[in-house]
Amino acid sequence: QKTRDSFSEKMNTLAAKYRTVDEEFFEELEELLISADVGVNTVMELVDELRETAKLENVKNSADILPVISEKLTEKLDFTGEDSELSMNQEGMTVILFVGVNGVGKTTTIGKLAHHFKEQDKKVVLAAGDTFRAGAIEQLGVWGERVGVDVIKQAEGSDPAAVMYDAIHAAKSRSADVLLCDTAGRLQNKVNLMKELEKVKRVIQREVPSAPHEVLLVLDATTGQNAMAQAKQFKEATDVSGIVLTKLDGTAKGGIVLAIRNELDIPVKFVGLGEKVDDLQPFDAEQFTYGLFQTLVEEK
Amino acid sequence: MTIAFESLAERLQQTMQKIKGKGKVSEADVKEMAREVRLALLEADVNFKVVKQFVNRVKERAVGQEVMKSLTPGQQVIKVVNEELTALMGSEESKIETASKPPTVIMMVGLQGAGKTTTTAKLANYLRKKKNKTPMLVAADIYRPAAIDQLNTLGKQLDMPVYSEGTDVSPVDIVKRGVEKAKEEHHDTVILDTAGRLHVDENLMDELKEMKASVNPDEILLVVDAMTGQDAVNVSEQFNELLEISGVVLTKLDGDTRGGAALSIRAVTEKPIKFAGMGEKIDQLEPFHPERMASRILGMGDVLSLIEKA
Ligand SMILES: Nc1nc2c(ncn2[C@@H]2O[C@H](COP(=O)(O)OP(=O)(O)OP(=O)(O)O)[C@@H](O)[C@H]2O)c(=O)[nH]1
Ligand SMILES: Nc1nc2c(ncn2[C@@H]2O[C@H](COP(=O)(O)OP(=O)(O)OP(=O)(O)O)[C@@H](O)[C@H]2O)c(=O)[nH]1
Ligand SMILES: [Mg+2]
Ligand SMILES: [Mg+2]
Repeated sequence: QKTRDSFSEKMNTLAAKYRTVDEEFFEELEELLISADVGVNTVMELVDELRETAKLENVKNSADILPVISEKLTEKLDFTGEDSELSMNQEGMTVILFVGVNGVGKTTTIGKLAHHFKEQDKKVVLAAGDTFRAGAIEQLGVWGERVGVDVIKQAEGSDPAAVMYDAIHAAKSRSADVLLCDTAGRLQNKVNLMKELEKVKRVIQREVPSAPHEVLLVLDATTGQNAMAQAKQFKEATDVSGIVLTKLDGTAKGGIVLAIRNELDIPVKFVGLGEKVDDLQPFDAEQFTYGLFQTLVEEK
Repeated sequence: MTIAFESLAERLQQTMQKIKGKGKVSEADVKEMAREVRLALLEADVNFKVVKQFVNRVKERAVGQEVMKSLTPGQQVIKVVNEELTALMGSEESKIETASKPPTVIMMVGLQGAGKTTTTAKLANYLRKKKNKTPMLVAADIYRPAAIDQLNTLGKQLDMPVYSEGTDVSPVDIVKRGVEKAKEEHHDTVILDTAGRLHVDENLMDELKEMKASVNPDEILLVVDAMTGQDAVNVSEQFNELLEISGVVLTKLDGDTRGGAALSIRAVTEKPIKFAGMGEKIDQLEPFHPERMASRILGMGDVLSLIEKA
């Protein structure tokens, strides 16, 4: 409730900028949300609803429409109260599978998350499931060294499902608490590669029936509307349980996750804020949503 | 797998139906069509400011036009859209500049994960195969874990030399000595793989400026992920302003994105998009075809066939 209050407080600041709620207000709101890569449909729907409300109630004064706007925005955009906690296996090893398109930050996020778990005194093992991209195994290896955790790997070009099988048994025999599984980047429209990913997941499931305990889809905040297609296809293939939104340290806002939440109900669990080992943070709904409007409020 | 977007043709069909048979394109007709064009462009990730300018230009040209005998008013608007879009995308295919005194130096720059290292290898392969060049690669990314291993592996696949000095040396020195080495060994082309960086990272952008000053590249290619959203304008504007890029490579076009970023980048930098990345393998690089991109962004293939049906 505390965060929800401060969220609407911030919305108030935004709307207070306008004395009259006119077309200019709605246009600026629309452009603001579009420029943050919030889905076009989501934005149009929201702004049209607000327009309609303003018209119906014949509101001219922003003070009168403020509560309505605030409420609508909160209802549509606010993630407050959503659970960004990872679901951990209470009875043994937690297995987390990372999926996503090329270059979004899967391997880097694994490095950061390994560090995060290590700080909680958990024993972590990494599985080098990207056997395709040049230097991918070495890259995960460097992260393993940096963080001080073991990496289970095979030669470049070997079957990723076989790597996972190996990794699960190696991790079990080392009594690991957490196994983080890297996979090769793949575009969601590549049918064969998506099938390969399904197979990787099946192998994990077969070896540890309750696993994977999380399937994290890594999305690059710089990505536009295509992120929705990514979320849909990866969800279909691997039943994604959460999103990691990376590269939020740039100027992109990653607003498409709002549309993804509205349409697919996948929560964001972490955000990536840089390339260093501690540049990973649990998703903070309020901060994120506020970030979308920051420029407007700051202009004041 | 289906593309999740409605094509502009579908969007316009209804509007077109309504104004069929009128002699002139009225302002109201154009306004309605303009709305559809705007939404289609936004859904394709074209930056909203670029969309605004574009739609205004289309409106200006379309209002009050006499309807050509063979076209309905709707088709006529589409024709204007298509012409404007093609003009904005640029028409000719672009080549790589060559230095009057070899080696030709090509520097790859861009955000993290855009595809610079992969494109470095692809471009080397392309120039060797199609232009009979003898490229050498330089590993100037000292930051990303195993970036040098990645380039070395690609160099091995290509059977092409990779110059590297490890990760404890300044990238400015690496590229300087790399280019010298290429000269000594009579390579006519040298391609510099640099680390990914944010356009707002002052230190790392300064580093690129220093690299540029020290080796004076013939080409600075900005590598951009085709899936990039609204931020493409900020990124390309900043890289262009600080480095004066000579061209763009659009990667990951083998995906199902509409690729509206291409339009945004053209609009803000006015630099040509020279190549398109069409896959992860080293032979999956193609010269960029602006007119095909225009069709892709709006589903113009459909649109044009609609005009033909007139
Ligand atoms: N600025 C910034 N860069 C990031 C972040 N996360 C990852 N990166 C960088 O993005 C680039 C790609 O990251 P990777 O972890 O290799 O991405 P990936 O998804 O594993 O890539 P593939 O395995 O090739 O599909 C690297 O240069 C990372 O350092 C982030 O949160 N912020
Ligand atoms: N499908 C597809 N994948 C591509 C294309 N170009 C590059 N990739 C993939 O994108 C990911 C990132 O490519 P890199 O070449 O490592 O990108 P980079 O810009 O060098 O990344 P950093 O050095 O970390 O900034 C890898 O998984 C590549 O295989 C392309 O045209 N199509
Ligand atoms: Mg990776
Ligand atoms: Mg690279």
